[in-house]
Amino acid sequence: MISRRDFLQVSMAASALYGASGFGNWARLAAQQQLTQDQLLQFDTFGNVSLIHITDIHGQLTPLYFREPSINIGVGGNKGAVPHVTGADFRKLYGIKDGSPSHYALSSGDFAALAQGYGRVGGLDRVAMVINAIRADRPDAILLDGGDTWHGSYTCYKTQGQDMVNVMNALKPDAMTFHWEFTLGSDRVAELVEALPFAALGQNIFDAEWDEPTDLFPPYKMFERGGTKIAVIGQAFPYMPIANPRWMFPEYSFGIRDENMAAMVEEVRSQGAECVVVLSHNGFDVDKKMAGVVPGIDVILSGHTHDALPEPVVVGDTIIVPSGSNGKFVSRVDLDIRDGRMMGYRHKLIPIFSDVIAPDPKVAALIKAERAPYLAEMAEVIGRTESTLYRRGNFNGTWDDVICDALLSEREAEIALSPGVRWGPSVIPGQDITREDIFGVTSMTYGEAYRTEMTGEFLKVVLEDVADNIFNPDPYYQQGGDMVRTGGLGYRIDVSKPQGERISNMTLLTSGEPIDAGKSYVVAGWASVNEGTEGPQIWDVVENHIRKLGTVTVQENNSVEVIGV
Amino acid sequence: MKLTRRTLLALGSGTSVYAMVAGLPAFASLTDDAISAFTGGAATGEGAISLTAPEIAENGNTVPISVDAPGAAEITIFADGNPVPNVATFKFGPLSASRSASTRIRLAKTQNVVAVAKMEDGSFQMVKANVKVTIGGCGG
Repeated sequence: MISRRDFLQVSMAASALYGASGFGNWARLAAQQQLTQDQLLQFDTFGNVSLIHITDIHGQLTPLYFREPSINIGVGGNKGAVPHVTGADFRKLYGIKDGSPSHYALSSGDFAALAQGYGRVGGLDRVAMVINAIRADRPDAILLDGGDTWHGSYTCYKTQGQDMVNVMNALKPDAMTFHWEFTLGSDRVAELVEALPFAALGQNIFDAEWDEPTDLFPPYKMFERGGTKIAVIGQAFPYMPIANPRWMFPEYSFGIRDENMAAMVEEVRSQGAECVVVLSHNGFDVDKKMAGVVPGIDVILSGHTHDALPEPVVVGDTIIVPSGSNGKFVSRVDLDIRDGRMMGYRHKLIPIFSDVIAPDPKVAALIKAERAPYLAEMAEVIGRTESTLYRRGNFNGTWDDVICDALLSEREAEIALSPGVRWGPSVIPGQDITREDIFGVTSMTYGEAYRTEMTGEFLKVVLEDVADNIFNPDPYYQQGGDMVRTGGLGYRIDVSKPQGERISNMTLLTSGEPIDAGKSYVVAGWASVNEGTEGPQIWDVVENHIRKLGTVTVQENNSVEVIGV
Repeated sequence: MKLTRRTLLALGSGTSVYAMVAGLPAFASLTDDAISAFTGGAATGEGAISLTAPEIAENGNTVPISVDAPGAAEITIFADGNPVPNVATFKFGPLSASRSASTRIRLAKTQNVVAVAKMEDGSFQMVKANVKVTIGGCGG
């Protein structure tokens, strides 16, 4: 019986990300030269099985900037627990020195300055290099893609996911699970999945009509590696038909279905699996709860909520490994599987510093070819920014402020609503804003920017409903994502209250007057889950707005007052 | 430990009851009345009945639920937020191989789905699940 102490000792010994010791001052980094590919990849091969996890790439083929959140509030049992710890508190918790590569990769604070020094992150050609290096150590390492791969960029939108499929296939994954992929529509998803040279997994992907498993998405796949049997069970995003437009994939039903997960764990164990890995798109807090409810899972590779932690979180005998987003990280997890069980592990969250890790030439050429037909239109400069444009955070990000301003002015609205998604790369001060940058934060298959009237009462219902998707104390009722972003509308939120009582002091910012429950307001927004939504595409709205501004400067946004934290 | 479906559901219902207190409707008392009418006011036990329902309904107009109560003679399902709480009653004869049933129900809003089983020995078992009906979020 492996004890919790064994786990923790291994964890501490392996302590994750290179650079926990720090590199000193960040001012124009000698640090970058000190940081080498060998250091980033250094790993003492352990046990007999290696897992490689990447998740939530969101269509990002090339290096980018990505600012981590300043505000990520945990509620209920997860109050103050990782990943709900940010900035300086996060660095203190993990012993990460200010200005170090780990600071830049994993936490917020001094982002623009550190971005200047350390440069971009990600790029699937760099990711390929890391995967190659791991496979050089362990040729039969299992590469697992946690989903949200075929969505989120100009080329991904134009090719309906084909660019990502082509490049990922070159990386040779062993299995994948899903979320935003389904917003390509079920026909396109089926077309792409049928042609995949690897397993498309989802124990919770069911036929909606008969509420039974599908042939296209088997629940698990068994692998024989290192003299043992490993089962990988897929867990797709549970709330797709609620968070995304159900009419785009009406044939499918999802849900957490943890009783079926428990049955699958028993099934693979009875077939001789000595190690059970869940490739999950649940989101971190849901994974944490599931690890406590469903026994027999050794490793959960966690996606959806875009969290990156330098070491796994241990729940009972299950380790949970969240691997960030946008191609910024790759996790390597080496396991010692013996005598029917996982005896120990060694883990490293490898940050993909694009200027430090060399691109794999073959994959670099493939990416170039995928982008070539669209390069001219993507690279067009629309404006420039003097502020960091980013999205992550529970309540607002500067990119969302720009998008809401665009909706208010271009659609002549009093109030703007923008979805609290967590994808979208950042742009740093002094950078040009290209059409590709705008697509990076807006690209989707239901991007129509609607203009409608809503009563004050309905606006409150919307805010309360979304708030409960994030701040319900039971993780199983959380959908991931962040609070809907508002333009022209301020409010107070008490995150400790139940649904219906969280939102107060709703104010129309132009007049400073309280929102009147009975009055109608002109509201513009985008990403409606309703079929037949009409309006111009959000990226055109944002492009027109930025073109008129020329240079974007975002003021501090104090329109949301948060209490009860 | 071998995890049974039943323990899972017990855990599930234990953690979900507080989720939706606000706006719990006047209908709740209708449900209490209906349950009392079904049980004749007898006390209800728990643990021998399980109810499978989604945490959040994908479509409030057709929510798949299933109940399972070995040894039940009759199971009635209530939805405490619907104008008429009685949803369905399933009766099982002595030769019924399994005492389980599945159906789809319409839920007007977030509410509790309650299943009460009358067991062959005349005792009653009850289980509850909170099903959230939402206008939709944003996802990650």
